[in-house]
Amino acid sequence: MPKASTKKSEKPIEELTYEEALAELEGIVEVLEGEQSQLEEAIKLFERGQALAARCGVLLEAAQLKVKQVAGDDVSAFEEESE
Amino acid sequence: MQPSLFPAQTFTVSKLTFLIRKLLEENESLQDVWVQGEISNLSRPASGHVYFTLKDANASLKCVMWKTSAARMKLTLRDGMEVEVHGKIGIYEPQGLYQLYADQIRPVGEGALYQEFMRLKAQLEAEGLFDPERKRPIPELPRKIGIVTSATGAALRDMLNTLRRRLPLVEVLLTPSPVQGVDAPPALVKALNSPILQSSDVIILARGGGSIEDLWAFNDERVVRAVASSNIPIISGVGHETDFTLCDFAADLRAPTPTAAAELATPITIQDLAATVSNLNSLILSSTLALISSKQFSLESLASQLRYLSPARLIQSESQRVDELSRRASSAAFNRIILESKHLEGTGKRLEALSPLAVLARGYAVVTRKEDGSVVSRVAQASDEMKVRVSDGEFEVRKS
Repeated sequence: MPKASTKKSEKPIEELTYEEALAELEGIVEVLEGEQSQLEEAIKLFERGQALAARCGVLLEAAQLKVKQVAGDDVSAFEEESE
Repeated sequence: MQPSLFPAQTFTVSKLTFLIRKLLEENESLQDVWVQGEISNLSRPASGHVYFTLKDANASLKCVMWKTSAARMKLTLRDGMEVEVHGKIGIYEPQGLYQLYADQIRPVGEGALYQEFMRLKAQLEAEGLFDPERKRPIPELPRKIGIVTSATGAALRDMLNTLRRRLPLVEVLLTPSPVQGVDAPPALVKALNSPILQSSDVIILARGGGSIEDLWAFNDERVVRAVASSNIPIISGVGHETDFTLCDFAADLRAPTPTAAAELATPITIQDLAATVSNLNSLILSSTLALISSKQFSLESLASQLRYLSPARLIQSESQRVDELSRRASSAAFNRIILESKHLEGTGKRLEALSPLAVLARGYAVVTRKEDGSVVSRVAQASDEMKVRVSDGEFEVRKS
């Protein structure tokens, strides 16, 4: 998976889910550790990697447990009773 | 009736009581017995021992439960309660009372429940529903967690709090269901099979603690089969640590409590993820730096190769060769000059040796005719006026 994701998914970073961003970041690490890359390419990968890491951090920071209630075939937001 | 010649032996009360006691205590079935009846005259003195009478329509039985057994008992006794009491029959000699020394008390029906539990467990086990090979691994990083439990119980609140703390990235699909009573089993089955729940990565089937009857829905054959046949891995978290239900055996993973189930559903926490991201971030940094420095190194090595091959070096070496040649040339020329000048010197000496002046110096003279300067070497050539050259000059003579 990570291999494929480095192949220019090039989705804007703000639109990536945590899993997508993490998978791409892992892919970039793999490529950079291979030391085969062109310098310019490597710098680009590095910059994107940093942006991806930042994106992951933001997503982790902002993560809110989403609870949805399933009733039959319907799904609705679940209101927790306050203490 | 004639009095007997040998009257029957007379016992003391103590002796007779002892014999009766022996009789009762030697009867094994009376020493390990379950008795069903209704509690009355319940009394709990400060000693901690519990006294009551067990009765049914036709008979009553005095019972005592010592403090140590009483302390272990979960059930709260009340007068009028229908119970099953386990213990042994003995004699309280001071009052001539036989009574049941109780060590366990359970509500009526629990024994039947337990037997049903064991029967169903054996049957489903024989069918292979509980086989370890059937257990599927729990995903390490679920995106969606299905929860089947009561929407109003403390168990749900505990699980949501645990999930929020450990992995707020997940989406919880809550499928509420009654968890006790006759409606619970079909409702639990329906919830487990709900189509929307099938998109979750793992399902938690949970219920907070309660009595064995409260948890009974989780021993219902329909529910156990639904758990075993689920397409999604199921973690069961029913009751407390000590409660085991058949759902626990059928589930892919058994958690001792609902909170523990939520923990087992999230083996990787948000703190782990944050650490991973920061590791990856430093990895790309160090890899990139390593890449740059390796490129720098190859650049330097190329540059030094280039310097080695530079024409400047060639020019230097050529000019050195020119210098060398020119040095050799000039030295050759110099030698030649010396050689020539020596030669010249020799030649000069030979020339000098041949010079007529040297002959003149020995006293010879050259006579030339004055009119045309031709040399007079025979008498016939003599003219009237002639010049005589000697070693240091000439003078004129007249023929006489």
